Amino acid sequence: MMEFLKQPWTWYVAGAIIGLIVPALLIFGNKHFGISSNMRHICAACFPANIAYFKYNWKKEIWNFFFVGGVIIGAMIATVLLNNDSPIQVNQHLASDLTGYGITDFSGMVPKQLFSFESLFTLRGFIMMVIGGFLVGFGTRYAGGCTSGHSIMGLSNLQVPSFIATCCFMAGGFIMANLILPFILRL
Amino acid sequence: MPQENNLSDTNTKATMANLINDDMDFEIRSLDSMCINDSQQQHPWWYNFKYLTIGIVFGIVFVKAEIISWFRIQEMFRLQSFHMFGVIGTAVVVGMISVWLIKKFSIKTIHGESISFHPKKFNKGQVYGGLLFGMGWALTGACPGPLFAQIGTGALVISVVLASAIAGTWVYGYFRERLPH
Repeated sequence: MMEFLKQPWTWYVAGAIIGLIVPALLIFGNKHFGISSNMRHICAACFPANIAYFKYNWKKEIWNFFFVGGVIIGAMIATVLLNNDSPIQVNQHLASDLTGYGITDFSGMVPKQLFSFESLFTLRGFIMMVIGGFLVGFGTRYAGGCTSGHSIMGLSNLQVPSFIATCCFMAGGFIMANLILPFILRL
Repeated sequence: MPQENNLSDTNTKATMANLINDDMDFEIRSLDSMCINDSQQQHPWWYNFKYLTIGIVFGIVFVKAEIISWFRIQEMFRLQSFHMFGVIGTAVVVGMISVWLIKKFSIKTIHGESISFHPKKFNKGQVYGGLLFGMGWALTGACPGPLFAQIGTGALVISVVLASAIAGTWVYGYFRERLPH
C-alpha cells in the first residue's frame, strides 16, 4: 500500500480527488473552494491600512487559513512519508532547453538553480521570485480568483466569467513561458 | 477592531456585505465571492479542523501528482505534456458533476444548511488580472495553492515568493478603484 502511494500519482487520480474537494467543502460547511483569497484575508488581518478592500470581517474566513494550513501539512506529509527518491521525469525538449540556460538539477519540485536564497540577489532570481510572486498576488485578486476559485470552482458552477478568466490565465502563461521566459532565463 | 465586537451572530453577514460594498462603484461580492464564507451558522473554532483535513488531502495530492513542480507547469505552457491538462480537466469534470448533483438533489451541508451558489459577473479584471496572473504562474511555476505546498515540501525560499504575492494582493487593494474593471 505504501509503495503504491509513493509512486507519482496519475493525472486522473489527482484530478478526481481535487474535483471532490469542491463538494467536500460545500457539504462540510457551505464553503466555496478557493485559495488566493487567503492572501486577501492576510492583508485584511495584518495590514488593512484603512483600505476599503481590506475592511471586512476576516475572522469569518478563518476556515480558509485552516484549509491552507492543511495544504502545508499535507505537503510535509507527502515529502517526509510518501517520498520516492527518483527525480521528476522532465520532458526531453524542456530538459535540453533548460540545460542550455544552465539548469541541470531536476531533482526538486522547484529547480534549485533558479529558486534559492542566493539567486534571490541575481536579476534572474529576483524577476522569477519577487516579480513572479507579485504578479500571482496582484493578478489573482484583479481577476477575482485563481486556478482553484475560477478554473475549478467557477467552471464547476458553469460560470462564463470563470471560463474567460481561465483562458486568460492560460494565455498569460503561454506568452510568458514561450515568449518572455527565454529572455529572463538567459540573464 | 471595535466594530467587530458589536456584530451579533445573525447580522454578521449583512454587516460584512455592507463593509465590503461601502463606497464602491461596482459590486465587490459578485467580483470576488469565491472564497467568501457563505455559511450563516456559527460554530466553535475547532470545527475548522474539518477544513484542515481536506487541506491535508489537497496538499498530499499537490506533491504526489507533481502539480507543484515548476517543471510540470513549464511543460503545460509549452504543450510538452498532457499531465496538468489532465489533472485540471478531470478536476473540472468531477467538480461539475458534483455541483450538478448538489443542485439537482438540493443536498444540504452536514449541519443542515442549504448550499448556496452565486453567479459571477464579467468584468475586465478577469482579462487583465487573468493575463497577469498567468504570467506570474509561468514564472514561479505555482498558483497560490502550490505556493503554500512548495513551502511545505521544504523549499523555504518560496516564502519570499509568497510574501511578494501578499504584497501584490495589497497593492491591488490599494489601487483597486483606479484600475479598469
